[in-house]
Amino acid sequence: MSDLHAHNLAFVRDKMLPESEPPITERGAVKWVRENLFSGYLNSILTVVSIYVIYVILSHILPWLLNSVWVANSLEECRQIRDTVNEGEPSACFAVITERWKQLLYGFYPAESYWRANLSFVLLFVALAPILFDNLPRKLLWFSGLYPFLAFWLIWGGSIWLPISVLAGFVIAYVAFNLLERFGGLAGAIAAFVVPILWWLFLAGPVADAIHSILPIGMEVANSKQIGGFMISVIIGLAGIVLSLPIGIVLALGRQSDLFIVKTICVGFIEFIRGVPLITLLFTASLLLNYFLPPGTNFDIVLRVVIMVTLFAAAYMAETIRGGLAALPKGQYEAADSLGLDYWKAQRLIIMPQALKISIPGIVNNFIGLFKDTTLVIFIGIFDMLGLTNTIRASTEWNGVYWELFIFVALVFWICCFGMSRYSQWLERKLQTEHR
Amino acid sequence: MTTTTDPTKESFRLSQLIYDTRYRSMTIQVVAMIGFMAMFAWLISNTVANLQALGKDFNFGFLTVRAGYDINQSLIEYSSNSTHFRASLTGLLNTLLVAFLGCILATVVGVIAGVLRLSKNWLTARLMTVYVESFRNIPVLLWIIAFFAVLTEATPAPNAFRGEAPEASMWLNGTLAVTNRGTYVPNPTWHAGSSVVVVVFLASIIGIWAFGRYSARRQERTGEILPNVWIKLAIFFVPTLLAYFIMGRPVGLDYPELQGFNFQGGLHLRNSLIALWLALSFYTGAFIAENVRAGILAVSKGQTEAAYALGIRPSRTMRLVILPQALRVIIPPLISQYLNLTKNSSLAIAVGYMDLRSTLGGITLNQTGRELECMLLMMLIYLIISLLISSAMNVYNKSVKLKER
Repeated sequence: MSDLHAHNLAFVRDKMLPESEPPITERGAVKWVRENLFSGYLNSILTVVSIYVIYVILSHILPWLLNSVWVANSLEECRQIRDTVNEGEPSACFAVITERWKQLLYGFYPAESYWRANLSFVLLFVALAPILFDNLPRKLLWFSGLYPFLAFWLIWGGSIWLPISVLAGFVIAYVAFNLLERFGGLAGAIAAFVVPILWWLFLAGPVADAIHSILPIGMEVANSKQIGGFMISVIIGLAGIVLSLPIGIVLALGRQSDLFIVKTICVGFIEFIRGVPLITLLFTASLLLNYFLPPGTNFDIVLRVVIMVTLFAAAYMAETIRGGLAALPKGQYEAADSLGLDYWKAQRLIIMPQALKISIPGIVNNFIGLFKDTTLVIFIGIFDMLGLTNTIRASTEWNGVYWELFIFVALVFWICCFGMSRYSQWLERKLQTEHR
Repeated sequence: MTTTTDPTKESFRLSQLIYDTRYRSMTIQVVAMIGFMAMFAWLISNTVANLQALGKDFNFGFLTVRAGYDINQSLIEYSSNSTHFRASLTGLLNTLLVAFLGCILATVVGVIAGVLRLSKNWLTARLMTVYVESFRNIPVLLWIIAFFAVLTEATPAPNAFRGEAPEASMWLNGTLAVTNRGTYVPNPTWHAGSSVVVVVFLASIIGIWAFGRYSARRQERTGEILPNVWIKLAIFFVPTLLAYFIMGRPVGLDYPELQGFNFQGGLHLRNSLIALWLALSFYTGAFIAENVRAGILAVSKGQTEAAYALGIRPSRTMRLVILPQALRVIIPPLISQYLNLTKNSSLAIAVGYMDLRSTLGGITLNQTGRELECMLLMMLIYLIISLLISSAMNVYNKSVKLKER
């Protein structure tokens, strides 16, 4: 038996065969197609239907897009070019974008001041960076705090002393808090709340005017009516979301609190705002706000819209933050209590940092929603991008242009919103791994 | 000897209102209440002063005055001689109509897109991703205007259907005409005896429900499973069809026909309604698709495997194991999507659809000049609609919620 070996047995192979490739249907593209597109009846039907849908869409849009005309002075000219150069094939007239893209982005903002809008847009990212990415130096947050005042001055122009005197209100609040804190924390808190409001209501304006008359530093004033297009969407959206954050936090805490009256007021406010369409609130801003304020008050429409949008966003923000609060394990609250922290210390040091972190993706989603909803301002006479498409169509040169303008507006919104939603997904993933 | 002494009765000091936790919450509430009332009083006094300055009063009497404007689509009897109240009611019904149709179509679109996005078919999943991302990230107002532009600019005029070799033809075997003036669909006509058919149909629906209960109880008692689907289908169709033929086909269809410059007969669906309906549905559908996808993904794979291990067939696994659990995740966001759709229907103004916003908050407001009353009434109505929808869906949510004991 022992001499039975492979080398003296004819029927046992002693050499490895070269590996043969898997059959054609089991490798490469064919395998992928079989597995992903034609793995069964249903799957094959889906594939065929999908291909048909894609074909129908592309066959309508592609030739139109490929033949597009980029340089012309009017739709008339576009059609002439289409008939002569493209032999009457359907062709898009993107010349309207080449000619009017500045108007779509800036509205009727004076062209020589475009740099102001551009600068504030660029600085926006510098201000946002330390908030969005936590591996940047924390000192940059100071710039984020100053940014709103800077942007206001850059965009609306006028005297630099007005934003500075408004900013001084915060310094005054800080000083008042420190002065009165020795009489008890509550006195300090009340002072920090009341004194700056008095300052803003009665003194900030005259003081700014006084300094301006001595030391005039300022830029040409831009009217709110001139601001439009993409710019107004960004301004209203950002102002709304930033201002709504503190209000939203207070409302969320109020809704979670044990105090019956506070809770009822907060729930009532949140449910009221969430129950009515934004458009009714915008109409309130344009038609009714004058009724609710002291007789003779009249202020800028953009500011009114920002106020209403802030209230609107605050209700949604409150719900998002409430979700964050609810997602915190109960042990965190109990731990804060067992350390002997009072309510506000516990909120500030333990609860809010965690709850806000959890709700950042939700806040970003709120912002996306709000940003898209800024298109509704066309109903109250502010010209955002969508409103400007009507203006452009109203001119004799571009009467009849629809799709090119819609595509441009849609693309701008899509890029912004898609980018933000990707950011929020990235953040969600990042936050998730930290919890594991 | 007892060492315990009664705690000394402290006299109440004013500072306890702030520093004693027993009283502090009361203090805060009272302060909040006073602040709230003060703000409210301030707003109201401002309003009263402003109204006085304008020489206006606050009453809803204008609702009984003749409206004097036409509404191009009304579900109830309406003419320009009707009152503003009736005009508002017409608008409200139009809002509800588009919201109702929108919720249904959005659910269908959303469920299909959400499930297909999870499909193993690479191409279909990508296509659905493109749909969801493009609709979610572009404002709904743009979609409404774009759908309207498609319907008015890219569809043939009615006279294109005329002649021996018309440029355009009707769809679905000559029953449906899509024109730039609107879409014409067959309209059901109700002749004598049709009420019997309707009653039989409603009765058969109740019959299906009763049979479902009977078969469930029978299964619990004996373990036998009846062929539920077939029996239910039979109950659905057979009695109604029998009644239909016995009564001599009382329910007919009125087909649209081209007469003169326009289509006559049939049901005329205006482009504004269709554009609004489609845009809202597809926009909201994209959000619902994401909710559905999240809901299905939230059910862990172990549930499916456990069901298979118990020998439950795939279809019943889906129905009895996966869906009930997925629904629990899907329903709450679905409620808020329905609410969003209803609220977004107020954008009807962009395409001239006469909804509540365009009647009560639009023409009536402009004609009577009563901004305050109109806006308050409109907000109140929207608020009531929202609360009704959310409470109705919450009841449903409770019924599918995890029963915790």
